[in-house]
Amino acid sequence: MKYGLFLYEDEANFFGASEARQGEIIAAYMAYGEALNAAGVFVAGEALEPSKTGALVRMQGGVRDVQDGPFADVKEQLGGFYVIDVPDLDTALDWAAKCPAAEHGEVEVRPAVVFDN
Amino acid sequence: MPARAAEEAARGSYGRLLAYLAARTRDMAAAEDALADAFAKALESWEKTGAPDNPEAWLLTAARRRLIDNARRNETRAKGEEHLKMIAEEAAERTQDGPFPDERLKLMFICAHPAIDAAVRTPLMLQTVLGLDAKRIASAFLVAPAAMGQRLVRAKTKIRDARIGFDVPETEDLPPRLSAVLDAIYAAYTTGWDALAGEDGKGLAEEAIYLARLLTRLLPDAAEALGLLSLMLYAEARAPARRNADGDYVPLEAQNAALWNGAMVREAEAALVRASERGQTGRYQLEAAIQSAHALRRLTGKRNWDDVVKLYDVLLMVSPSVGAKVGRAAALAEAKGASAGLAALDDLPDKTVAAYQPYWAARAHMLSQLDKKDAAREAYDIAIGLNEDDAVRRFLRGRQSALGGGEP
Repeated sequence: MKYGLFLYEDEANFFGASEARQGEIIAAYMAYGEALNAAGVFVAGEALEPSKTGALVRMQGGVRDVQDGPFADVKEQLGGFYVIDVPDLDTALDWAAKCPAAEHGEVEVRPAVVFDN
Repeated sequence: MPARAAEEAARGSYGRLLAYLAARTRDMAAAEDALADAFAKALESWEKTGAPDNPEAWLLTAARRRLIDNARRNETRAKGEEHLKMIAEEAAERTQDGPFPDERLKLMFICAHPAIDAAVRTPLMLQTVLGLDAKRIASAFLVAPAAMGQRLVRAKTKIRDARIGFDVPETEDLPPRLSAVLDAIYAAYTTGWDALAGEDGKGLAEEAIYLARLLTRLLPDAAEALGLLSLMLYAEARAPARRNADGDYVPLEAQNAALWNGAMVREAEAALVRASERGQTGRYQLEAAIQSAHALRRLTGKRNWDDVVKLYDVLLMVSPSVGAKVGRAAALAEAKGASAGLAALDDLPDKTVAAYQPYWAARAHMLSQLDKKDAAREAYDIAIGLNEDDAVRRFLRGRQSALGGGEP
């Protein structure tokens, strides 16, 4: 079963941090990635640039509407994601707990839809 | 303070009341509902009138009234009503004179019954014997609360529909059934132990020790129950020394033994001695003996790693687990050198250790002792990535960077 882990955290925790602290955070994620790989559960994953670098696209009645990020006034932003392949939700939650983002923010765990055909 | 009185009564009596009601109705879920209702009524009523002289009797009366009401509403269970009245009368008699009968042992055995899925035994025990709420149990076990709720409901339905008996097993069935009870209690402890890493506190360690103490009281001749209690007390005694003032992780060899809880260490030792007098060894006594050896080494300063390896050898004969194998390898590395330890780790099949954090931490440590820096760095990475506890992550990162070199 594939699960998405969506990492929400106040992006200032990283982008506002000292270089040394940023190095620590990156090292923690590298280690986490190594562990996912060693366990053979890693499918995909990306870290995202801060939300202000993104844009929001909508088609409204055939008219394009594009807004600059950040998108909403929330404390925690989507900062990255992983896709992992594990047998069940319990295992996915176990990996989520080990994710560095769980320490200061939160990790949303969602099963991927399985389309049968 | 009526709310406080209800709370106290809840802590002391929940399991006893539930065991009493469930053993007679054979319907755990219905007994729980009735009891929850009784506690709610108590909060309301004691607020006005003050707590009664015998809160347990009050709660039992309220709960059985609720059970009778429910039985009345449900015609198909008309027969049950007679039965419930009988229970009520019997209970009223009992609570009037002398202490309420403690049947929690039956409850513990039914929670760890072989027909119940092993993964749900501990949660079921925490919910029924201690009255812990499902949300907290789910969080401790890292399970989605809705899923945990369903599992608990399914287990209770199975107990009712399969008519699993509320009994203490006969002598010949006792050892395997008891070992399931012990495993369920220990699972609560290890889960709590992980959670203890968090700043928010205690996890389930306290509850597990409570259950083990209860079990040794209810079954005083069970050596392994004493062994389990001893094991958990040894580990728990060290809790105050596992973090320094900055919240950093402190490994056993570097802990300030003066910070250990001395009373707990002594209780652990006494329990282990009592267990050994029963003359039936087992997994938990051996694990407690290993903890005892660690405590002795730290308290006397005398290296005893050969003894620890021997204890692990016996443990592996009784109960071969990946945890014990990694533990033995780590002890071997201390006794005979890092390459002996590493060779023992290399013997373990990849699949069982790929996501097992202690394996990678031990491996990283041995590799760094052997000056295999790149391999050590990589093993540290995996060990760090497999951890949920930031303090341990920081500790391992510190050891990793002490290797020097590598990426900046």
